[in-house]
Amino acid sequence: MEPIKTLVSRTVVLPIDNVDTDQIIPARFLKGTTKNGLGEKLFSDWRYDAQGNRKTDFVLNRPESQGAQVLIAGDNFGCGSSREHAPWALVDYGFRAVVSTSIADIFRNNALKNGLLPIVVESALHRRLLADPGASVTVSLEDQTLRLADGTTARFAVEPFARYCLLNGVDELAFLLAAEADIAAFEKSRQETGR
Amino acid sequence: MADANKPVGKPRTLFEKIWDAHIVRPATADTPAILYVDLQLIHEVTSPQAFGWLRERGLEVRRPERTVATMDHSTPTTPRGSDGRIPVLDNAAAAQIAQLETNCRDFGIELHALGSEGQGIVHVIGPELGVTQPGMTIVCGDSHTSTHGAFGALAFGIGTSEVSHVLATQCLLQQKPRTLAITIEGTLHPGVTAKDVILAVIARLGIGGGTGHVIEYRGSAIRSLSMEERMTVCNMSIEAGARAGMIAPDDTTFEYLAGRPRAPQGAEWERAVAAWRGLPSDAGATYDREERFDAAALEPMITYGTNPGMGIPIRAAVPMPDGATTEKALKYMGLTGNQSLLGHPIDVVFIGSCTNSRISDLRQAASIFKGRKVAAGVRALIVPGSQRIKKQAEAEGLDKIFRDAGADWREAGCSMCIAMNGDQLKPGQYAVSTSNRNFEGRQGTGGRTFLASPLTAAAAAVTGKITDARELT
Repeated sequence: MEPIKTLVSRTVVLPIDNVDTDQIIPARFLKGTTKNGLGEKLFSDWRYDAQGNRKTDFVLNRPESQGAQVLIAGDNFGCGSSREHAPWALVDYGFRAVVSTSIADIFRNNALKNGLLPIVVESALHRRLLADPGASVTVSLEDQTLRLADGTTARFAVEPFARYCLLNGVDELAFLLAAEADIAAFEKSRQETGR
Repeated sequence: MADANKPVGKPRTLFEKIWDAHIVRPATADTPAILYVDLQLIHEVTSPQAFGWLRERGLEVRRPERTVATMDHSTPTTPRGSDGRIPVLDNAAAAQIAQLETNCRDFGIELHALGSEGQGIVHVIGPELGVTQPGMTIVCGDSHTSTHGAFGALAFGIGTSEVSHVLATQCLLQQKPRTLAITIEGTLHPGVTAKDVILAVIARLGIGGGTGHVIEYRGSAIRSLSMEERMTVCNMSIEAGARAGMIAPDDTTFEYLAGRPRAPQGAEWERAVAAWRGLPSDAGATYDREERFDAAALEPMITYGTNPGMGIPIRAAVPMPDGATTEKALKYMGLTGNQSLLGHPIDVVFIGSCTNSRISDLRQAASIFKGRKVAAGVRALIVPGSQRIKKQAEAEGLDKIFRDAGADWREAGCSMCIAMNGDQLKPGQYAVSTSNRNFEGRQGTGGRTFLASPLTAAAAAVTGKITDARELT
């Protein structure tokens, strides 16, 4: 996983509530056995027509969206299925942060494990971001802040351990593997109490 | 481990008892809790990368005996060909299925493979085998893992990274969720099913209304549901944003589990039931939030939009759009605000999925199909949740009722719920589906889904339009 410290990026705005993981990456693209190459399929049914041509009215296909790392989405982003292919696709495309007023639980967990920062902001700031596509923002994970060009700064919450992993580009599995003695003791005590 | 039955002063909820009993290491200011997982269920779509990472790091599966695998998502539901071959849709699906076989063989995991008698939808076979039990923590790389909460288990969907964590350590790092009590008192009217109950709950909470919470369904209406009905309710907890939904275990639970292949037997069974009786929430236990429903006020439900929260009583009018999101949904569905859905023509009916593919669902559907024909121009697809259910339905003659009506009777799998296996809608087609998601394109690119109960779906199949099934019975 690529560490995240600071992102300086323009925003891409997708002003739709309840963007579900079937829209982020449709199920027909889940047949792989690796996580590679999903960025091309990101938002596939909104991004391409039936012939596979790019729909010019979809935000990701506009020239000004190219290279942006921060997606501003409507409320309740990432609802639906648990497919980790959703953050894989967003990261493979180039996004490193998603900003909304709420983010679905399983998607949030999956995003944090893949170097994609889920950022929940107050609705007033959210409305400003939605109204200003292409705005320049600075995200600092170290300070847990999102800053606009005019200096407006909002603090966001990130679980401390996930923040540590993201800042250092390490994964959680090593931490769990290092807890082996505790896990073994837990299993032993359950065996002894017959549970 | 802490005994779930031991009084520890403060009254605790069902969720808190299970959570406390599975803490390997409590949360600190810097790290989440380490939670022990009793059972991991595996399927072909969300596991290959997890096994790949284990191989890359030279890790073993820590407790293969706590892991059960099957194939369901990308598998065909058409029968074997005359050459005995299983007609897998494409090379990618075939490779994924072969990869799961290799992974289970290499790591010593029990696999209910395609073509075996135990194969079926992962959330159908867990309870069927009796591996799903009260008081357990259960995970699977699938958001409908909440189904298993019907047994008084803490069961939730995880991503593929977490699948690898559980394979390697039998543990997960978890933030403690909040609790939400959904209390439903009273008696359901005839023709109002468990599916209608959960669609009404989701319509009130909204698709994100349960985010951050574990739901406990309580009250007399919940108590009187069968296990299969309870599974339907818990299954769709995630459609309100809640990762888990639970129902306290009781005699209905124990009767369902008794004698199942992997349930405890003999003296062990008695001990298990005694422990399970201590699981229900203590009197005076408190929840972070509560919502109350009157069962007698509930009607058969149907969705009109592009998420499961967009549901209405079947006789009600479609709400007027209140913003860009609902406008987009109605435009996609080809509907307008204030219209009635009754009489709306449909092209396809799908009866199946981890929500509604169990024997009682099939019996309800058969009660409508019996002596009737699928309407001209309608395709009706009936997909049992498991090979065991298929066999039982055939023993009861349900398959004959479906076939005589002109419906398509299939092999077990997820099928048109997720539309990965070739069973899918064509662009623009309307379906009444007993599955759990009506997202844009969920059942096939451009397809349009009305979610409803097996009764409502069967009524649509025989009339060719959205129909209140109570008019047919």
